[in-house]
Amino acid sequence: MKKIVKKSLTLLSVYYANLLEYRSELIFWVLAGSLPIIMMGIWMQAAGSGQFAFKSVDFARYFFAVFLARQITVVWVIYDFEKEVLEGKLSPKLLQPLDPVWHHVANHLAERVARMPFVLLLAALFFVLYPQAFWLPSITNLFLFILAAIMVFALRFIIQYTFAMFAFWTERAAALENLWLLFFVFLSGLIAPLDVFPENIRNIVMFTPFPYMINFPASILVGLPVDLTRGFLSISGWFLIFFGVNRFLWRRGMKKYSGMGA
Amino acid sequence: MQVIKFAFLSVFPINDSARVFTNDQSPETRRYQVEGNKSFMSIIIAEKLNKFYPVSTRQPGIQGTINHFFRRTYRSIPAVQDITFTIETGEIVGFLGPNGAGKTTTLKMLTGLIHPSKGTVKVGGFIPFNRQEAFLQKITLVMGQKQQLIWDLPALDSLRINAAVYNISDKEFQRRVGELTEMLALEGKLTQPVRKLSLGERMKAELLAALLHRPQVLFLDEPTLGLDVNAQAGVRNFLKEYNQLYQATILLTSHYMADITALCERVLLIHQGKLMYDGRLDGLLENFAPYREIYVELAQALPLEKLISYGDVQMLEGRRVRFIVQQEAMTRTVSRILADLEVIDLTVTEPPVEEVIGRVFQKGFNH
Repeated sequence: MKKIVKKSLTLLSVYYANLLEYRSELIFWVLAGSLPIIMMGIWMQAAGSGQFAFKSVDFARYFFAVFLARQITVVWVIYDFEKEVLEGKLSPKLLQPLDPVWHHVANHLAERVARMPFVLLLAALFFVLYPQAFWLPSITNLFLFILAAIMVFALRFIIQYTFAMFAFWTERAAALENLWLLFFVFLSGLIAPLDVFPENIRNIVMFTPFPYMINFPASILVGLPVDLTRGFLSISGWFLIFFGVNRFLWRRGMKKYSGMGA
Repeated sequence: MQVIKFAFLSVFPINDSARVFTNDQSPETRRYQVEGNKSFMSIIIAEKLNKFYPVSTRQPGIQGTINHFFRRTYRSIPAVQDITFTIETGEIVGFLGPNGAGKTTTLKMLTGLIHPSKGTVKVGGFIPFNRQEAFLQKITLVMGQKQQLIWDLPALDSLRINAAVYNISDKEFQRRVGELTEMLALEGKLTQPVRKLSLGERMKAELLAALLHRPQVLFLDEPTLGLDVNAQAGVRNFLKEYNQLYQATILLTSHYMADITALCERVLLIHQGKLMYDGRLDGLLENFAPYREIYVELAQALPLEKLISYGDVQMLEGRRVRFIVQQEAMTRTVSRILADLEVIDLTVTEPPVEEVIGRVFQKGFNH
């Protein structure tokens, strides 16, 4: 146990130090995730002229929560992993007594820590510019939001890491991620709250993992009605499914990787 | 350069335990072991190792391209065929062969990165491909072209990760880093970002990282690639010292003959996936490389016909000529060139190991 703690802390601190080398890039990475803010503007405009269950300020809060959820759950492991496989950099890592995935996990977590001050700064700026939207979520909602966001991060990570396994078979594994992203953007609640979707479509979408990735945590934070049990169970279930597929592909991929000459 | 080469040829006696293999020998007769059967205590045992790679084939032209898109046909290309050898604890063995001979493939089978298609391999009593923790703690692989250290951070940070990964205590970490830093003459360099280090310093830092867990078996693939003469010598001296200090076993490939001559008494020569020679280095060169290169800069350009009488003309560019001559004819040829031609500059070198081996293979093993 002590060894695991030491390994984790060392990995985290070194990757954190590495990210601080990119401090100017960090702000751009945060801004790159500001699609929800743009969507917020569009929907607030629409709320003024159309018939929606959401008022202008509701849209503002919802998309602000989407922005936060996205900042906490963003994942890019496929690009790093694909590079490692194609350039053969995975090989030396395979010869260390630690599964290479932990380097990626540590890198993501450290990045999250490095990113947070910028996110909070941007959040503060948002409320200064738009004070009507300011609200304080209840402690329970805040706690549930953080829990959901952490679980969603794990889910998004395992899904993308599973797609990354295809780097063993194709040189363009990231293409899979791009296709997935298309569905993610439309079905996760990123460009519109699920509550404004037609009901029958929403019912179908709820059987996919997408709405639990953005709509679910964002709704918790702003206090919209959500099915907590279904949400948390869905995230866990999808995680387990992808985890199984991931391990299966990893083993097959290892054989393939070695077959092609590592 | 020449001095070293000539010197070692005369210092080492011809060793008759060396074994040269020819293509028509059956795998059974290729088996070679140092001083009888000691496999039970050998740290590396490779027996009839084979590796085949599937390679997709495609007919030329549009039709071929379309067929290739819809239905790929693969054929199996042998990368390594029936390689058998053993290495004893503490030996430094050079692994020679032209590009694509199967050196790296063999190293990868020995480290467990790839699974042999046929045959068995054991390193330190372990089957490498299982990559058990106890095995990984024992070995290291350094690839001259692939770097592991985090580029933007001081090397010390990457070393901290390695220390944690290999469960090295803080105290022991300090001790080992201190010791290796001194051996590698890296004082003050580990706190600078890796990107600021020179190529030589970086390679040494890579070695330090790869050896922090004090492995007993080192697999080194071109550890001095791209380094200048001083840095090469530094790495070589370090490897020798490490080998003596820890009785570590080293198997290395290198294109620099100087690495091999300085470090290895024994070499394995591999060509087209087959083990062609296993024995002392001096025996190999006596057998296979009785050639020298003579580089001449003439006062004026001469046609090829006038030059071929002196030796095999390997290159002719204006006034510059490179001959390949038999070692025994070297002195005679140099005298003739100097007597007959107007020479501005003349240098004699040993051809690079790749070239020597290439020539040998072209002409066959019937020496």
